[in-house]
Amino acid sequence: MAERTTTPVVAPDASRAGARRRRWWAEVGWKYPLAAVVVFYAAFPLAYVLSASLAPSGTLTGSTQLFREVSGQNFAALGDTRFWQWAANSLVIASSVVVGAVLMGAAAAYAFSRFRFTGRRLSLTSLLVVQMFPQMLAFIAIFLLLLTLGEVVPALGLNSKLALICVYLGGALGSNTFLMYGFFNTVPRELDEAAKIDGATHAQIYWTIVLRLVTPILATVALLTFVATFGDFVLARVVLTSEQNWTLAVGMYGWVSDQLNANWGLFAAGAVVAALPVLALFLFLQKYIVGGLTSGSVKG
Amino acid sequence: MSTDTTPPPVRESHARAWEGTGWGFAVKLVLMAVVNALGIYVAWSAWDVEQWGVLVGSLALVVVADVVYFSRRPLAGKYIYPGLVFLLVFQVFTMAYTVYVATTNYGTGHNSTQEQAVDALLIQNERPVEGAPTYPLTIVRSGDEVGFAVVDDAGQALVGTAEEPMAPADGATTEADRVTAVPDHDVVDLATLLADPALQEEVLALRVPVSEDADDGSYRTREGTRATVYASSLEWDESARTMTDTTTGTVYSADDGSGRFVAQDGSALTVGWRVGVGLDNFTKAFTNPNYAGPFWKITAWTFAFAFLTVASSFLLGLAIALLFDDKRLRGRRVMRTLFILPYAFPAFLSALLWRGMLNSNPEYGIVNSLFFLGARIEWLTDPWLAKLAILGVNLWLTFPYFFLVCTGAMQSLPGELEEAARIDGASRWRHFRAIQLPLLLISTTPLLIASFAFNFNNFVIVYMLTGGGPRFTDTSAPLGHTDILITMIYQISGVQGGSADYGLASALSIIVFLVVGAVSAFAFRRTRKLEEVL
Repeated sequence: MAERTTTPVVAPDASRAGARRRRWWAEVGWKYPLAAVVVFYAAFPLAYVLSASLAPSGTLTGSTQLFREVSGQNFAALGDTRFWQWAANSLVIASSVVVGAVLMGAAAAYAFSRFRFTGRRLSLTSLLVVQMFPQMLAFIAIFLLLLTLGEVVPALGLNSKLALICVYLGGALGSNTFLMYGFFNTVPRELDEAAKIDGATHAQIYWTIVLRLVTPILATVALLTFVATFGDFVLARVVLTSEQNWTLAVGMYGWVSDQLNANWGLFAAGAVVAALPVLALFLFLQKYIVGGLTSGSVKG
Repeated sequence: MSTDTTPPPVRESHARAWEGTGWGFAVKLVLMAVVNALGIYVAWSAWDVEQWGVLVGSLALVVVADVVYFSRRPLAGKYIYPGLVFLLVFQVFTMAYTVYVATTNYGTGHNSTQEQAVDALLIQNERPVEGAPTYPLTIVRSGDEVGFAVVDDAGQALVGTAEEPMAPADGATTEADRVTAVPDHDVVDLATLLADPALQEEVLALRVPVSEDADDGSYRTREGTRATVYASSLEWDESARTMTDTTTGTVYSADDGSGRFVAQDGSALTVGWRVGVGLDNFTKAFTNPNYAGPFWKITAWTFAFAFLTVASSFLLGLAIALLFDDKRLRGRRVMRTLFILPYAFPAFLSALLWRGMLNSNPEYGIVNSLFFLGARIEWLTDPWLAKLAILGVNLWLTFPYFFLVCTGAMQSLPGELEEAARIDGASRWRHFRAIQLPLLLISTTPLLIASFAFNFNNFVIVYMLTGGGPRFTDTSAPLGHTDILITMIYQISGVQGGSADYGLASALSIIVFLVVGAVSAFAFRRTRKLEEVL
């Protein structure tokens, strides 16, 4: 198509600049104030919790003024509670689950992506069905199962962190395999074949070639698993009965549900401490997350 | 790149070029040894406590593991097996077990087998035997186990624990009519007992059977210094399967339909046993006046909640993604980072945080004090406002996810499309409606479905923000206006204490699963995504 090449015969500089500015405002400029509104909407609650954590009063009263006074006493007060113990529990449980889930999910995705075996389609379909059944829905059966297992091996019974880790790992395959499977399929098979011709075993191919090429999806799955485990309430609440075994989600719910007003400062400080690592990880890895979310589940 | 022209060394087959087993094999051997040891240990302990299911299960898993890892053929199995074990035990099995529990009356009062129910009833109904003598009591301890020692009427010292009925203790020394020392046991003196509340409780709860026969009763104590023989006021007749109350003469006979001991007049004993009840639990949800009304309201709200959350957050996320996917905008990276902050903040913390922010008292709740001029708006205690609050908070929490997804999906759309559309004279809106949106929907529909399924069971947001409240006034069940099905299941399951109804809760779980499964399957079929995934 022919482009219009006519230029105005008379174009005084001032009005042209004015028109350009108006056009800029109409097309681009107005988005900046809008962005400010969105940022305010997204960030205001976080600013508020930060302010509440730094407020010296420690209760909800008067917490409606942002950053009026700043003190670290809420953070110091965390030391008198079981907060750090819960944080350690959460970290231990979530990191173990992350390692296990990534290893098991990647191995399964590799097998589904590279080997052709009988029952492959059937297994994939069953996985798809199983993953629709959230483990959380089976919490009663899990509770009863652990009750029984605990009679046999106390370390796998109720109130054991190891048992909770195993329970979470039970959900690892269903929720992650597909995300990873899609990504594994994008790694060219020729690489494996070349390595095979050079005499590499399947284990060598898996550990030294394929796993390195799928790092983005490993990072995504690791992060999503971490966040999901870190934030789980139902299973943690059902399995971990004694206070020193609780996770942050269970413990901090206890603070707020009993007496919201009295524990507010403590909760706010705890929330800041608990959220910072996750937040940092998220922002650091956001590139991978976008890629992982879209490439893993989207087959265009 | 290399100028070396020598041919690459020809690899022999592995069988001929055997270079030893290598450290990989050693690692595998060690790991398999550990797996076998663990499996056998579990099987052994299961034998000890007579848990045959666990025994068979653990042995089967170990045998299959050995077959998979030591045979050459099932290569794929080597990679899938570890994850599969956890999946089978903690997800597939629990799914099957949920189905089983849903067809039983499992719950408070129906916890175990008939045999155990009989024992529990006999113990619960123990009374001091009329005219029974009291004996001076000595509390003894061996390891963790606490026991009783008394001197019987014949002057013989008897020792027993909860597990071991009273039996003559050889070599015990007695002084007056009190035992002072027992071999292999430590004597706990009164001062120690009084100083240890945990021990006191244990002693008060302790019952040492008189003999192997439960009908003989048992020794118990009220104050720690004297023991009395207690016997049950119920009498168990195993052949007739009846319980007879010896004080009133009422006969309770076992009813296998309801798993209880029922008398002629319809009264029943408190402890029953577990029996299959078929689909009763499923009908109970619809017909029991305590549950039926709330059940329908909660189901409707669950659908509304999941749908509205997905719709609102997708639209907002999409709008923001569209508006800020503009190359002329500066600082887009910073904006994106700030936009996704809510998504990166752990959800349970967000819900608790908003619970504080939405406090109705403007002195406490910043939302009322800053944005509503200090009005007292009952965000969390008014049925409709609480629903609105949940949707609002979940929108805040979820829109960044769809913003991310839409941004990612839009960047993968070819740029030529837009150019072509513009050349053909399509307006910006037309281009969006006819080209961008359909393409975006293809790639985001699976995520929309997944998000719907997730929000259908979004326990944390509801439980942490409103706790399901405000409560329904027309039922005694602990349910409220903002409860969704999963929180309803949690409330009535009783895993938190209170009266438990595992059967009903499991039945509801299955209903939820069927709903979520059907919705997902339908949607997947519609988008023909299933074939492409496979």
